[in-house]
Formats: sequence, structure tokens, C-alpha cells
Amino acid sequence: MMDGSKGFTDAQTGEQKIRNFNINFGPQHPAAHGVLRLVLELDGEVVERCDPHIGLLHRGTEKLMESRTYLQNLPYFDRLDYVAPMNQEHAWCLAIERLTGTMVPRRASLIRVLYSEIGRILNHLLNVTTQAMDVGALTPPLWGFEEREKLMIFYERACGARLHAAYFRPGGVHQDLPPALIDDIEAWAEAFPKALDDIDGLLTENRIFKQRNADIGVVTEQDILDWGYSGVMVRGSGLAWDLRRSQPYECYDEFDFKIPVGKNGDCYDRYLCRMAEMRESTSIIRQAIAKLRAPEGQGDVLARGKITPPSRGDMKTSMESLIHHFKLYTEGFHVPAGEVYAAVEAPKGEFGVYLVADGTNKPYRAKLRAPGYLHLQSMDYVAKGHLLADVAAIIGTMDIVFGEVDR
Amino acid sequence: MTQALEELGAYIAAKQPDAVLDSAVSHGELTLTVTVGTLPALVRFLKADLTCRFGSLVDITAVDHPERRARFDVVYHFLSMHRNQRIRLKAAVREDEMVPSIIEIHPSANWFEREAFDMYGILFSGHPGLRRILTDHGFRGHPLRKDFPTTGYVEVRYDEVAKRVVYEPVKLVQDYRQFDFMSPWEGATYILPGDEKKA
Repeated sequence: MMDGSKGFTDAQTGEQKIRNFNINFGPQHPAAHGVLRLVLELDGEVVERCDPHIGLLHRGTEKLMESRTYLQNLPYFDRLDYVAPMNQEHAWCLAIERLTGTMVPRRASLIRVLYSEIGRILNHLLNVTTQAMDVGALTPPLWGFEEREKLMIFYERACGARLHAAYFRPGGVHQDLPPALIDDIEAWAEAFPKALDDIDGLLTENRIFKQRNADIGVVTEQDILDWGYSGVMVRGSGLAWDLRRSQPYECYDEFDFKIPVGKNGDCYDRYLCRMAEMRESTSIIRQAIAKLRAPEGQGDVLARGKITPPSRGDMKTSMESLIHHFKLYTEGFHVPAGEVYAAVEAPKGEFGVYLVADGTNKPYRAKLRAPGYLHLQSMDYVAKGHLLADVAAIIGTMDIVFGEVDR
Repeated sequence: MTQALEELGAYIAAKQPDAVLDSAVSHGELTLTVTVGTLPALVRFLKADLTCRFGSLVDITAVDHPERRARFDVVYHFLSMHRNQRIRLKAAVREDEMVPSIIEIHPSANWFEREAFDMYGILFSGHPGLRRILTDHGFRGHPLRKDFPTTGYVEVRYDEVAKRVVYEPVKLVQDYRQFDFMSPWEGATYILPGDEKKA
């Protein structure tokens, strides 16, 4: 373009015709956290326009859900935000329980809180450390993934799968936790703050890390409302908005935890929020374990009734239970007609399910509201005027995972 | 909780009488049925009014009811972080009807409206770039409509001879299995195989 082949005779006209440079960031860029394709218009190194192209991981989850029963739909939720699978299942279970009026037994409720917080730590560990990798640090992901590995083993010991758990079920959780597992989670929760201190020591006061993150991607209170942010994107800017506190679901209202907030709303504050949230989650895990061991925390983990299977013992002795089991896993349960929006504070922000039921065994319509979708949408607004290298830092702290954005 | 929501619904209905058709509270959620034409005015009111302050848009989606004359329900969810309350707006639209865009009021509506267009073919007037978002370039049809088959119409594969990705009509190696678990004791309307002789 600029080699004179355009046919300009004088150098000046050629100079004036210099265009902005368009580049494709992704879809196979390691800092794109999946299959994000950004079309960037650059003026030198400054981003003039940033157009995210999404949909490369679209699997039509919402369409598929309309032809499957409520229980068959549950595993799809693990495949949305595959970094913290159980938090998504939670929203689906809450929606069904709200429509059917099911009360979850206390022990199941505590186990859900315990595993939601494990999910939060899983997510934040991945996000904080890989974001650090995007801005140049290599060691944090190695250390972070070691801890994630331990947590995934807890997932595996509870439900048999490291990622696609299908552990939360409408009416409770699938299986009770063995006492040895609870002991091991406690031992881990005692040791984890030390590992967090190590990552903290690597990053928090690191000169390069600070230079790459401080004052980058500043989000104001007005931006939060305009762009529909949720989760750490809100808390990083100083608003103490957390659904676990403001619209409590499950039994979060009896837990004692703080909501860390940032001050400047830049990438660095969001990093600090995530680090502080992991410490809070560890404290919630310890409280949940104490409550699970208390006498009130004992008992069944499923609300026995139409939407949950009978116990194995009953199935062996009672014909009615056998029929119930068969009908539950073929026809599935029927959900009364109605519509409900159930939201949870997923690690990335507000994850919601808008469920329209028509009284049959399949959802008429289920809309999955992913926090990353709105965060990524504002990429053009946030990244404008930043340098190309900052784009990676911004995507990192927005916490984009394509499973949930593309659905 | 329910009473506060009912009062809020009545308040909005009184302030915006030509926009709100109906207000209902179920499962602890307030739903307003509204007219399509007045949507932007109502959304602007909900954002600015001090009793409402629904400053943040949570979701826009649609529900398809092919048997209805006004086929789609466009559903808006709003959240007020200041008042800690939620609201749902529902507007019925015909297939050929335009829905006014609310991007001017909530910039975050952009991708939601594109998604509703992509999935249902609902047109939003005043949207700056209403193009497909989740499906492929050149995709035909609107997948979340009830009359769109789950298998789709075309499948893609890499063609070794043409050295490129080609689109072909879907070929299923076995019939699509549509399970029907309705119990014959609970009002199945069809005749079970073998029962036709009796009738």
C-alpha cells in the first residue's frame, strides 16, 4: 500500500493517504482466552476501533434445551462457563426449584455453598494467573494450576467428574459428601492462604505487573449501568454489589463474609478484588464445613419427592419407588407453567436463567444470561484509546470465557 | 416483598397508563405487559424515575409462540442496583412488526437486540448495525423459532477435492429421535400402535 504502487507521483499525496491499520486479533491468539476474534483498527499502536466477532463456539444450547427434559438439560450448564461449572448448574436448579416450590434440605444447601465457593476459587485462580501470563509473567499460572488441580480432585471425589460435574440437581445435590472428603477440603482450606500469599508475592508489588495493569481499562459507575456490568467489573469500581449479599439465595445469608471492593476501577483493582475474594471464599468454605459437621447439618441431600429419585434402598423394596425412578429418568418431571428469572453470583458476574415452562417435562424456552456477553460487548468502548498491548490485559480482567459468551 | 412489588407495578401503571397493559407479580417477580410502540418512553421513565431507577439492563430475549397472531414475546429484564429490585417487561409483537431499539437509553442493548434478530428474526428499528451475531455468515433462517428444526438445514465439512469448507444439506444417518414420554393414562391424544383396531 505504502510502497508507491498506488500511482501517486509526489510523496506528499502518498503521505496523506496513509490509512489506519486493521488487524485480526485471534481467533487463535493465546491471549484471546478462547475463540475470540477482534477486528482492531490501529492508528500506530493506539486502538481506534475494536469490533469483537463472536459465535465461533456457538453450540445452540438454548435450542437443544427445548427438546430435552429438565434433568437432561442440567449437564449443558457445565459446558457454558467450563472454568467454574457448578455455579451455572446452581442457577438452573434454583429456577426449577422456584417454579416447583421445592425446599432444598439444609445439608444440600450447605454443600452447594461449599462447591460454589470452590468454583469461585477455581475461576479466580485461572483468571488471575492467566491474565498475569497475558501481561508477561510465566510462573503464576504454573502455581495457580497446581491449586486448581487439587480443587478439581475435590470435584471428582464428590461427583466423579473433574469438570462436567452434573452434581447440583433440582432438589439438592446428587450424592452426599463422605466425611474424609470434608476433612481433606478443610485441610486444603487451611493451607490455601499460604499458596495465595505466594502468588500475591509474585504479582501484587511486581513493577511490570503494575505498569501493565494500573490505570488500564478504567470503569466508572456510569459505565457499570450503561453496559450492564456485574461481578468483579462492578466491585472493582467501588460498588459493593454482590448478589450473595443483596439478593441472598441458598443459605448465603447466614455466612459471614466481606465484599472486597476496588477504588479506581482499573485492571489492577479488579486483580486485587479477585485475590481478596479468594480469601473470602476460603473463609466461607471453612464456615460451610463447620456447619456441615454440626448436628443441624446432617440429614438427606435431596428433597425426596416427585422431582428427585427415590433412595436405592426404597427401590429394592417398594414397587412404587421403582416406577417413580423409571418415570423420572425417562419422562422426567413436569414443571408447572410459569416463568421465572433465577440469578446467581457466578465468579464472573450475574449468571441468570430465564425459564419459561409450559407444564410439560421440557422447558418451553430457556435463556441463559451470561455476564461475559455484556462485558465483551463493551470492548470497543473500554479499549478505545488504549495501546494494542493493553487489549490483552483488558480482556484478561473482563474474565471472558467463550463457553458462556457463545452458548 | 410481594406487596411492595404490586405497589411498584401499580405506580408504574398509573404513571405510564398508555404503555402498561397489565402488571402481575408471580414467584416474587414483577412482570409488566406493555405495548411495543411506547417501549422506549417506558424504559426511559423506568431509568430516570426515582422510585424505579432501573439503571441496568440485565437481558433482552424473546419467546416464540407460533400459534399466536402476535407471534413473539420480546422480554426485557431490568435491575435497579440502587433500589435492589428487578422488573420484567413483556411485549407481544407480530412477525412483520418492528420493535423500537433502546440502544439510546441502554447501550448494552446492542448485542441483545442483535441476538434476538439472529435467533428470531425480530427487527429493531433504530439499531445502528442489526446483523447476525452468534450464527455463521450467510446463515439462513432463525434458529430459535419453533418451526426451525433442531438439526438445522445444512452441515459443513472440509472437502479434500475442493480444498475448502463446503455446505451440504443435512443427511441424518438415523431418523431424528423425537421421544414422547407422555403417559397414555394422562391424556395422550394419539392412538397407540395396536389400539387402532378397537376404535
